[in-house]
Amino acid sequence: MTRRGTAYLLMLPALAWLAVFFLIPTVTLVSQSLQEGSLEEGYVVTGNVGIYADVLRDYAPQFLRSLLYAGIATVAALLIAYPLAYTIALKAGRWRNVLLVLVVAPFFTSFLVRTLAWKIILGDDNLVVDALRFVGVLGDDGRLLATPFAVICGLTYNFLPFMTLPLYASLEKLDGRLLEAANDLYAGAFTAFRKVTLPLSMPGVVGGTLLTFIPAAGDYVNVEFLGTPQTSMIGNVIQSRFLVVGDYPAAAALSVILMVTIVVMVMVYVRRAGTEELV
Amino acid sequence: MTITAPAPARSAPSRALDWVRDHLVQFFAGLALLYLFLPVIVVFAFSFNDPAGRFNFQWRRFSLDAWRDVCGAPGMCDSLLVSLQVGLLATVVATLLGTLLSFALVRHRFRGRAATNLLIFLPMATPEVVMGSSLLALFVQGGVDRGFWTIFVAHVLFCLSFVVVTVKARLQGLDPGLEQAAMDLYANEWQTFRLVTWPLVLPGILAAALLSFSLSFDDFIITNFNSGSTVTFPMYVFGANQRGVPPQINVIGSLMFLAALGIALAAQYRRKKY
Repeated sequence: MTRRGTAYLLMLPALAWLAVFFLIPTVTLVSQSLQEGSLEEGYVVTGNVGIYADVLRDYAPQFLRSLLYAGIATVAALLIAYPLAYTIALKAGRWRNVLLVLVVAPFFTSFLVRTLAWKIILGDDNLVVDALRFVGVLGDDGRLLATPFAVICGLTYNFLPFMTLPLYASLEKLDGRLLEAANDLYAGAFTAFRKVTLPLSMPGVVGGTLLTFIPAAGDYVNVEFLGTPQTSMIGNVIQSRFLVVGDYPAAAALSVILMVTIVVMVMVYVRRAGTEELV
Repeated sequence: MTITAPAPARSAPSRALDWVRDHLVQFFAGLALLYLFLPVIVVFAFSFNDPAGRFNFQWRRFSLDAWRDVCGAPGMCDSLLVSLQVGLLATVVATLLGTLLSFALVRHRFRGRAATNLLIFLPMATPEVVMGSSLLALFVQGGVDRGFWTIFVAHVLFCLSFVVVTVKARLQGLDPGLEQAAMDLYANEWQTFRLVTWPLVLPGILAAALLSFSLSFDDFIITNFNSGSTVTFPMYVFGANQRGVPPQINVIGSLMFLAALGIALAAQYRRKKY
């Protein structure tokens, strides 16, 4: 057999899986969004493009909220993860591997169990809220749970490793001599960071923000556990339209809109950040 | 005669400032670690709670009941078993398919490589709700009953890309000289693969399998769309948020954390030995 033949044979099973369960469903999703009917009588494709305008009008607040919460969570995750990744990559010495394990390990306690733990931490009449009420940050009946803060806090926490690991990967490659050179050339600590460290870690920043923003924008678990219907995101709408109401066309249309929005945002962002090489 | 320029003298205040800056970074890293571990500590602590009602959200008193009777929460151990079965099956299939694909991508030049890479990348860039709902659309339109096997199909799908990325990285990092050396020493292709390539790639494959298992075991969003009436552990926890949260959930969370920490540290230790 030719070597090329071998290559195609090796790829066939995985590519078939991706084609049948990823590409075809994407097409099915679009066709589902163009259907009309009801759950009881079944849906038929009618090419009802108007549904896109309808769902955008009906769910604009949830949609914008998703982008806003995911955006804030991404920035927060970047601010938290950068010093952490920097320390592990450049300051930890022989503790580097142990620290890496410690950073990833909390994410094996199961996504939902972790989020339930945040429900306890932010819960009414528990330690944090009591302390904040005591110092007057929160009013006497002020809450953390069931607020946008709680949802964003959960989003930030749950996707933190997706930020930390790419940042670590790019900071780890940083040549320490470049920082020494900057120092020799009279660059202060801040200038050295701005002119050397930050630009060289840009692939990590871009990769990390994407890997954090994408799942955060589509998440509905954090709202379900930590928020209220007033903080609901687009994921909650898609979930309930699909699984509770059975309004498949609207749910499919929202999924398509979310997908397209994210693809466009990613493309614009990657181009502006100047790193085409992601994979 | 060579004149060495004196190293730029750093003034004392500037050095002090450097010291503060250096340790400021570590200080913030410490805070970040604390933030990372806060929920883990809470999960542990509340596994020893004896909650007043159905919800384990408020501390009452220390108790070992949940640890003594882990399966005491109705339905939880069944859901764990489902998660283990799906996780193992999906891991085996995704690791196998993904490894084959990685070999093709790294070792062969062929038309459509760029398209294949894109196809691998896309599922990772797709929000889980979109992936879950498009699979649901497929199953609904195809008239497929949702249950164990639809969950399995979905899990293989999202694990596949991560396997390829992990194994590919390992393969690309291999020194081609090692294989050439084996061939020079009259090893045939199969011997070279079995004695040289395979042992070198194996750690990457094992890492990919572990990653797959943990992704599958932990997935909720995609599973929720494709599970029908089958209940995995994350599905159980999601339901518990409405029905009542038994402390046994925290026991499982704690055990998973300990197992992961143990495996990771053991891997570190092994690597040091060689």
